[in-house]
Amino acid sequence: MDKLLQQIVNGITLGSIYALIALGYTMVYGIIKLINFAHCDIYMIGAYVGYFCMTYFKLGLVPSLLIAMLVCSLLGVLIERIAYRPLRNAARISVLITAIGVSLFLEYGTMFFVKANVRTYPEVTGMMAQRFNVGEMVISMQQIILVGITILLMALLQFIVKRTRLGKAMRAVSMDRDAAQLMGIDVNSTVSFTFALGSALAGAAGILVGLYYNTINPLMGVVPGLKAFIAAVFGGIGIIPGAMIGGYFIGAVEVMVSGYGGSMFRDAVVFGILILILIIKPSGLLGKNTREKV
Amino acid sequence: MLEIRNMDVHYGMIHALKDVSFEVYKGEIVVLIGANGAGKTTTLRTISGLQKPTNGQVILNGEDITNVSAQQRVKMGISHVPEGRRVFPGMTVLENLELGAYLRRDREGILEDLEKVYERFPILRDRRKQTAGTLSGGEQQMLAIGRALMGRPDILFLDEPSMGLAPILVQEIFDIIQSINKSGTTILLVEQNANMALQIADRAYVMETGSIVLSGTGSELMSSDEIKKAYLGG
Repeated sequence: MDKLLQQIVNGITLGSIYALIALGYTMVYGIIKLINFAHCDIYMIGAYVGYFCMTYFKLGLVPSLLIAMLVCSLLGVLIERIAYRPLRNAARISVLITAIGVSLFLEYGTMFFVKANVRTYPEVTGMMAQRFNVGEMVISMQQIILVGITILLMALLQFIVKRTRLGKAMRAVSMDRDAAQLMGIDVNSTVSFTFALGSALAGAAGILVGLYYNTINPLMGVVPGLKAFIAAVFGGIGIIPGAMIGGYFIGAVEVMVSGYGGSMFRDAVVFGILILILIIKPSGLLGKNTREKV
Repeated sequence: MLEIRNMDVHYGMIHALKDVSFEVYKGEIVVLIGANGAGKTTTLRTISGLQKPTNGQVILNGEDITNVSAQQRVKMGISHVPEGRRVFPGMTVLENLELGAYLRRDREGILEDLEKVYERFPILRDRRKQTAGTLSGGEQQMLAIGRALMGRPDILFLDEPSMGLAPILVQEIFDIIQSINKSGTTILLVEQNANMALQIADRAYVMETGSIVLSGTGSELMSSDEIKKAYLGG
């Protein structure tokens, strides 16, 4: 029982990371119907920005987090502007291939600048290193911070999407681009805003992972990126709450599988889930088959 | 107030509009009629900036707006109710109406217009918290028109507002169009229901395969033999 509880705690921690990354996939898909494969590398860049902020500039967690988010959102906007916007009206497969190209460019470009070796985040000390024993469970301060920041960011995102003018424009463009234009919504700036939001969340995920797992490398985004993508598909791609649920679900599954002796199979199980969803309910958990009224 | 000069539109190899010219004067109801594929919808889409013409000009209140973006045109007083209504299905009725006023900043005026829309379409007030996707076709059409009115347009484009509606609703929609026009909004209406459309039209243009082939006042066209044969069923 205690083991189960402990696994749940670990699952929520890992799930938070997946949820943060999955949100970016789902928002970008929602608005321009593109699986942005470069998204996982933005997460990696976030981890590196956080690393440099903390090691070289000796900044604390909060300023480093904000800088990482800012740099990543600028990067996201830039990528969309340079690589995807010129292909807005091209076939979807061309944009998809471009996204893979951007992803490789970011991975090996980063490798060129920071070298391929693994880097270690500064050791956490003091309050941050605390651990709490609850019964047999151990919860670390880092886990609490990670989950807390994730929930805060997700709440903020919900607020932006539901309540603000730009958030409403975002939803309108994702539902019907032409109709949104007829309302006077500027599609280009709305798409940029979406990339900025999604990339900021990925950046936050990157720095949080660096803190939690300590090590980062230029290819660290690939596998978590794929899993977050699966999380987005599981929840229903294009649907924001779906990405959150999917993230926690995938995190929980992965932790459970490895916690109960199957760590060799943990990736296989997660990818197996993708296959199952695609067979059973391709539109995802919260996805609806939207039909048009005539 | 609106003038289209020698407009051509191509979709790839297809020449969709050929040298289309017409004008709409302030306060009028102007109707474009024609069969499926005649280019009526393309004409509206080009005037509201969703489609780029390959040739020709769009002139609004004496200003050439051919190269002005769609959202800028909304600001200049054009509202377009697109074919198939195109309400935002996952948003509530109220959110849809608010988006109609997206470019406006005058909180007071927006609330005032919201009240006016609710007065015109009481059903929308009852359903304001419902998502637009759950509305019936007629209600969605009312929402689409209400949403366009929230932009306080000088000129309103309506693309097939009667499509797929029961006859009694069609009559209602046409009454509403006339009343919107009476309250000072110029109207450019595209319709396949030529009979109803010509009855309320000040002037009308007939389109065939991308060109305007006939024009005249509503009553002139209603009594024209050609029109009777081709569009009015006898």
